[in-house]
Amino acid sequence: MPQMNMVQAINDALRIAMKRDDRVVVMGEDVGRVGGVFRVTAGLFDEFGDERVIDTPLSEGGIIGAAAGMALYGMVPIPEIQFSDFIWPAYDQIVSEVAKYRYRSGGEYPCKMVIRTPVGGGIRGGHYHSQHPEAQFIHVAGLKVVCPSNPYDAKGLLLASIEDPDPVLFFEPKRIYRAAKGDVPEGAFTVDLESAQVVREGGDVTIVTYGAMLYECLDAAEKVAGEGVECDVIDLRTLWPIDVTTLTESVKKTGRVVIVHEAPKTCGFGSELVSLICEKVFYHLQAPPKRVTGFDTPFPYTLEMEYLPLSHRIVPAVLETARA
Amino acid sequence: MTMAAPNPTPADRSTPGPLRVLLEDGKLDPEHDPKLSLDQLVQLYEHLVLTRVTDERLVTLQRQGRIGFHIGSLGEEAAIIGSAYAMREQDYIFPCYREFGAALMRGMPYQRYIDNMFGNANDPVRGRQMPDHYTCRAAKFGSVSSPIGTQITQAMGFAWAARIQKQDLVCLSYFGDGSTSSNEFHNGLNFAGVFKAPVVFFCRNNGWAISVPVERQTASRTIAEKGIAYGVPAVRVDGNDLFAVIAVTRDAVARAAAGQGPTLIEAMTYRMGGHSTSDDPTRYRPQTELEPWVSRDPLERVRAHLEQRGRWSPAQEEALRTRIDAQFKEAVAQAETTPPPALDTLFDEVYGTLPWHLEEQKRELLAGPRAPKAH
Ligand SMILES: Cc1ncc(C[n+]2csc(CCOP(=O)(O)OP(=O)(O)O)c2C)c(N)n1
Ligand SMILES: [Mg+2]
Repeated sequence: MPQMNMVQAINDALRIAMKRDDRVVVMGEDVGRVGGVFRVTAGLFDEFGDERVIDTPLSEGGIIGAAAGMALYGMVPIPEIQFSDFIWPAYDQIVSEVAKYRYRSGGEYPCKMVIRTPVGGGIRGGHYHSQHPEAQFIHVAGLKVVCPSNPYDAKGLLLASIEDPDPVLFFEPKRIYRAAKGDVPEGAFTVDLESAQVVREGGDVTIVTYGAMLYECLDAAEKVAGEGVECDVIDLRTLWPIDVTTLTESVKKTGRVVIVHEAPKTCGFGSELVSLICEKVFYHLQAPPKRVTGFDTPFPYTLEMEYLPLSHRIVPAVLETARA
Repeated sequence: MTMAAPNPTPADRSTPGPLRVLLEDGKLDPEHDPKLSLDQLVQLYEHLVLTRVTDERLVTLQRQGRIGFHIGSLGEEAAIIGSAYAMREQDYIFPCYREFGAALMRGMPYQRYIDNMFGNANDPVRGRQMPDHYTCRAAKFGSVSSPIGTQITQAMGFAWAARIQKQDLVCLSYFGDGSTSSNEFHNGLNFAGVFKAPVVFFCRNNGWAISVPVERQTASRTIAEKGIAYGVPAVRVDGNDLFAVIAVTRDAVARAAAGQGPTLIEAMTYRMGGHSTSDDPTRYRPQTELEPWVSRDPLERVRAHLEQRGRWSPAQEEALRTRIDAQFKEAVAQAETTPPPALDTLFDEVYGTLPWHLEEQKRELLAGPRAPKAH
């Protein structure tokens, strides 16, 4: 089986999808000739030509609006937003249009697309090249939200997202674009949306996370194991709709939960996870659920490693929860 | 001032544009000569060189891993320095991200700029933004933001406010050719046209938006002609001609100050380097495209003119470069030995005063363990 990093795995998924279905097009800023600022679409322009791998004018609203039109026609656009920090000019199209089309047209006009966009910090990107804005999209009825943590899932989830009938926002954690490597099967395969993965098993505390923070959580789980605390580490993979069974089964077992994400705390996805846990398995809880997240400040440059919820902040939170 | 007229070969970027003052032979076209004194001209030339040399040194620092990023103005110095020079003391500049030369000329201290490149404790923005995202209100220079185009509409609003308050103030907004595709370009020009705001929209048409050529941004033959549709007079200028840039920007400021509303300036120039230190332009554009622009180097053109008038010598050039080198080294030495911003600054200025939840999070951060490494 070939070894791939995340960039190669996503590129491979795009190539497979484009080869087998000529309705699939890739579009965005710098995705064509140069193959994307992170090289994720490298080689596609040469292989599929400029009508299917399209360098667009610099307008996110334009990209998503045009993709919406293509989707309504029956194509399968895969627009890229160069950094998720720059998605906001397209927010109107995504929230009011793409996500609502099926519902508001009584099913006449599904608006299926997969919006790919890099997310997250730890790359010295400062304020506008580091944010992790999943919560603002999970809140939107009609959108699915995915965030893989490794090359295998990246490929399988992207192909599943492309096959899914609904619009999907596909967040790619850029800090691990090249750092996360692994075996990835050749050819097409999918990883089911709405399926979380228990990446490490343990009976004392459940750690819930996704994306680049998975590795911090695994590091923390290893460290607390040294102190006799064993953790379930859950990689959600699809953020919405969430695999609620995996989540609740784990919490039923451990009674203790720590949620880790990069985005700010207030109204972050962790808030929803805590609510779900309280609603569904409240009487199994033995300690207050805890959130380890980015602070409620804009994302900083120099102090980014102090801002991020890395292992050094997860360890004490897990120990405190285990001993509460 | 020449209004943008449909131009027969405008998408051809080798055509610098209609207005040119500094001619091939190093002489000035008397009709549009901004009539600078030789002292003023020497001063401007020094700013051009300061900008160029600082750029080159910062790229080296980035390659050495001493700073994280730099986005420069190689080849676009005349467009930037000339337009900023045409602004009056009371006027404001709403920058894009390539105009540190303008900020320095308007009075942003050199040390302050270099501190921003390091994101240290003395950085005016306290290490919150990436390098080249400075601010300097004292120089009437705005705060750099990454999202494309946002400053265009804000410059319009600031200028409009000044007019409502009956203050004699004009705003200049910088942006690139790619930025003309943004919502904000439309909003800024449309509002300015409707409300006759005293604003100058200065487009640095450098041919590229990262890897995307300007032909992919617009099917208009020029960017200037977009002004017509908004009722905003527009002019196209050789952006590598310091004199022409000063002349057209002064005209635009004068019109704005006289209540005649906005102007769109399209400065034809070329991005001689990569988009930023993160970019390798050899992957998407042929080296041959640069060649004609090398001979139009905006610094060389001014220097040739100064030499022709007997006001510049190789010895002066060397002295200037030695001085700038020393200035740079000293600023870097200081910036590099300045500690990072204190942890608690992370929470300052999110709001006017610190709310309870940030107070709580600040205590948590300060009492908690430190991150193991900066990166
Ligand atoms: C809204 C938004 N989308 C995308 C980007 C990423 N980006 C940064 S600069 C740039 C190209 C800008 O080109 P142009 O406006 O011509 O300015 P130049 O860099 O050439 O000066 C892009 C796409 C961004 N900063 N903001
Ligand atoms: Mg440009």
